[in-house]
Amino acid sequence: MTESGFGRRDFLKGAVVGGAAAAAGTTAVATTSTAIAAAEIAPQQEAGPVPSAGYEFLSLDEAAFVETLVDHMIPADELSPKGTDIGINIYIDRALAGAWGKGDRLYMQGPWKAGAPSQGYQLPLTPAQLYRAGIESMNAHCRKAYGATFDRLNEQQREQVLLNLSQNKIKFDSGLPARPFWTVLYQTVMEGMFSDPIYGGNRDKAGWKMIGFPGAIAVYREQIEQFRDKPFPAKFFGIADMS
Amino acid sequence: MATKLKEVDVVIVGLGWTGGILSKELAEAGLKIVALERGAMRTPESDYALPNIRDELRYVVRHDLMQNTARDTLTVRNNVSQEALPMRRLGSFLPGEVVGGSAVHWSGHTWRWTDMEFKIRSMYEDRYGKNFIPADMTIQDWGITYAELEPYYDKFEYTAAVSGKAGNIKGEIQKGGNPFEAPRAREYPLPPLKPILASQMFADAARDNGYHPFPRPSANASQAYTNPDGSKFGACQYCGYCQRFGCEANAKGSPHLTVIPIAMRNPNFELCTHAWVTRVLKDSGGKRVTGVTYTNVLNGEEFEQPAGTVLLCAYAINNVHLMLLSGIGEPYDPVTQKGVIGKNYCYQTGASARLFFEGRHFNPFMSAGGSNDTIDDFNINWNFDRGPHGFVGGYNVSGGFNTALPIGYRPVPSGTPQWGKAWKAATAKWYQTAMNISAAGTVMANRYNYYDLDPTYRNAFGQPLMRMTFDYKTNEHKIGDHAAKVINDIARSMNPTHLNPARGRSDPWTVVPYQSTHNTGGTIMGTNPRDSALNKYLQSWDCDNLFVVGANVFPHNSSYNPTGPVGALAYWTADAIKRYVKNPGPLVPA
Repeated sequence: MTESGFGRRDFLKGAVVGGAAAAAGTTAVATTSTAIAAAEIAPQQEAGPVPSAGYEFLSLDEAAFVETLVDHMIPADELSPKGTDIGINIYIDRALAGAWGKGDRLYMQGPWKAGAPSQGYQLPLTPAQLYRAGIESMNAHCRKAYGATFDRLNEQQREQVLLNLSQNKIKFDSGLPARPFWTVLYQTVMEGMFSDPIYGGNRDKAGWKMIGFPGAIAVYREQIEQFRDKPFPAKFFGIADMS
Repeated sequence: MATKLKEVDVVIVGLGWTGGILSKELAEAGLKIVALERGAMRTPESDYALPNIRDELRYVVRHDLMQNTARDTLTVRNNVSQEALPMRRLGSFLPGEVVGGSAVHWSGHTWRWTDMEFKIRSMYEDRYGKNFIPADMTIQDWGITYAELEPYYDKFEYTAAVSGKAGNIKGEIQKGGNPFEAPRAREYPLPPLKPILASQMFADAARDNGYHPFPRPSANASQAYTNPDGSKFGACQYCGYCQRFGCEANAKGSPHLTVIPIAMRNPNFELCTHAWVTRVLKDSGGKRVTGVTYTNVLNGEEFEQPAGTVLLCAYAINNVHLMLLSGIGEPYDPVTQKGVIGKNYCYQTGASARLFFEGRHFNPFMSAGGSNDTIDDFNINWNFDRGPHGFVGGYNVSGGFNTALPIGYRPVPSGTPQWGKAWKAATAKWYQTAMNISAAGTVMANRYNYYDLDPTYRNAFGQPLMRMTFDYKTNEHKIGDHAAKVINDIARSMNPTHLNPARGRSDPWTVVPYQSTHNTGGTIMGTNPRDSALNKYLQSWDCDNLFVVGANVFPHNSSYNPTGPVGALAYWTADAIKRYVKNPGPLVPA
C-alpha cells in the first residue's frame, strides 16, 4: 500500500463489503461534538450549539470529513448558523444509515457497466457505500495533493479541492468516479439544509428561515391575493410542530 | 402452479384514471369486474393528510408514491448502437404505484388535444406537401376526430373538476380563454384559479408581445364542487405541495376521490391490491385472450384470473411491457419497420428561462398545480406557418409556479457559487424574487424511437425489462430553438434584473433529472393493423377481447399534458365496450 492511498483491491473490498476500511496513514481523530458532548444534551434552544445526537453510520474519520464539509459549505453568518449547528451532519448520517442509504428503490442487479452520462447512475454501490468510498478516496486525494486529510486542510485548500471535485477535475486513484460522489454529496447537504427538521437537519428551520419558506403549514386560499407582490410574514412550522 | 380463479366478465390491470373510469362505467353496465393493482390502497384521510403529506424529501426526492425501481424498471439508450443499461432509480419520469396511480401525484393540467394531432399527417401533407415530413418521422393519423371525442372530453372535465376559461364555445370565441382551442359545447365546470404574480406578469408581457395568454386549465378545484357523479371536492388551498403529492384538501381531480370509490361501492366490482400482473393469456388459436396471471407481492403466490375481456389500464410504459411479455401482436423492428408493438415511443421537449426581479415578491410557495398562464400561439394555432421554420408540431409557453419547494427550487443567477456565504446570500435574496417562463414542446414519432424487451436485464419476477431507445431528433431541436427565442424575447421585454436565458437543448435525452411523465406510444391506435396495434376504440387488432387504454395509444406526443385525452378516451372506450359485450367481435373491420 502506498503512502498516498490504497490499492484498488482494498478499495473494492471496503466499498462492496461496506467495511470501515480506513485508509493507511489516516491519523485523524474525530474532534468535534460526537461522543463526548452526548453526555450533556442541552435543552433545545434557538441557534445554539447542536446537542450531539451521536452517529449511526459515520465512522470517526467520516464524521470529521462530513462536519468539515458542511461547515465549509454552510458557514455561519447573519443568514444562518453553520452546517453542524443546524444538524446537516446529523441529517447525512441518518440518511446513510437508513433505507435510502442502504439502496432502497435502487435497481442493484448487474452486469455493471459505466455507460453514457445520459444513462444515469450505474455504480454497484448503495448511497452509503458510495459515500464511504468517496470520503476515503477524497482523503487519499487530499493527502497526496496537500499532505493531509480533508478535515485538516486550511480553508483555501478546502475551497480549491471542493471546486476541483465539483468541476470533475479530480481522478481518484481508487477508480471511483468523482462525479457521482460529488452529486450525492451536494444533494445531501442541500437536503440537510432544506428538508423537514424531523430528518435531523434544518434545525430550528434555519434553512427555511434563510429564504422565507414557511414549511409544512400551507393553506393560502385566503392569502394568495392579499400577499400578491408583498412580503409574506411566514411563521415556520415543521411536521413535528403539528404532530 | 398458479391457482385458477373463477372467471369474471372483465379483468382490469391497473387502477388509476383509466382503470377507475372503466371500472365504474362497466360495473354500472352490469359487468362483473376484478381490478388488479400492483400498489397499495391509500386514503386521503390517512395517507395524504396533514402534517405528514407536507414532506418534500419523502414525496419529491424519495418518490414515496412512485414505482419502485428495485423491483421493475427499464433499460435505456439513446440509439440502437448503444448498449441499454438499467435506469437504476427514477429520474426523468415518475410512474405512480398506488391505487389512483399517477393521477394521485399529478398536477391536474387538463387539455383537449385537437385534430391538429388526430389528423397530423393529412393536415401537414395537405398544407406543406408530402416532402415536408422527414422520411424517418413515422407520424400518422389517429383514426379518431375531435368531434367524436368532444362529449368525452366534456365528461372527463366535469368529473375531474377542471378549472379554466373556455376560449371557444360552439364556434364563438370567448374573451379571456384560449382563442385557438377547438370548439367546446360549454364552459369549464369551474372558473379559473386565482392568478399569482408570476402568471399575471407573464400574461401581461405575452399580451404586450401580441400573443394570447389564458389561464391554464387544471383539475384543481377553484371552488368547492360536486361532480355529476356526486363526488365532492374541497376548494384548492394553493398549498404549493401539488405535483408529487396526494391532495390533502380533496381539491385535485383524482380517481381515488371520484370513480374508484363509486366502483368500490358497486357489488359488481372487486379490487385486488398488491397484485402484480405478469402476463396476458391467449387461447390456443392466439386470436382471443383468456385472462391474466398475477403474483400476490405480499407472499409470492401466483394466480390465474380468467376473464371474458381484458383491459390493460396500467401506466403507459407498463401496458406496452405487458403486451411484449405476453407475445400479443408483432414486436416493432426499427430496421425493417415491420411490427407494431413498441412502435412510436415519444416524449416531451422544451426550454425554460429564469427571470430575477429585485424588489418583487412572488411567494412561490403559494400556488396551485395549475398556477400558470399559457400561450398557444405556436401550438394549436394552425395559422402559425411552420413552413419557414421547417418543423412539424409546436409548443406552448407558460409563466407561473407549480410546487416550488426548497430542496428542488432554489433559483440563483447563472455564475453564482454553489456553496459558501455568496451562495447563501444569493439563495436568500432570489428564492422569492424569481420566476420561470417555460415551453413544453411536441415530440414527433421517429422510426428509431421505440420499445422492445431487453436481452440482458430482468425484473424481480424474472421477466425481461422493457428497453427504451429514445433521443431527440432534428425536429425537436428546431422546436426547442424556436421556443427559446420566443421565451427570451418575452422575458427581455419584462426588464428583469437578471435573466438566465432559455436555450434549446442539443444534448441527448438523459434519465436524470426529472423532465416529464408524459411517455406516449408503444401500442398505438390507428386506421389499420399494418401500422397500428389498436383500432380507434383501443381494441387490439389481434385479439378483439383485449383493450389497451392510456397514453401508450397516442401515435405521437403533442406539447400538451396527456391526461385530457387519456381520460376522454377511457370514457370513449367504456361506451365501445358496452356495445362490444352485447355484440362481440372487431369494432372496426380489419
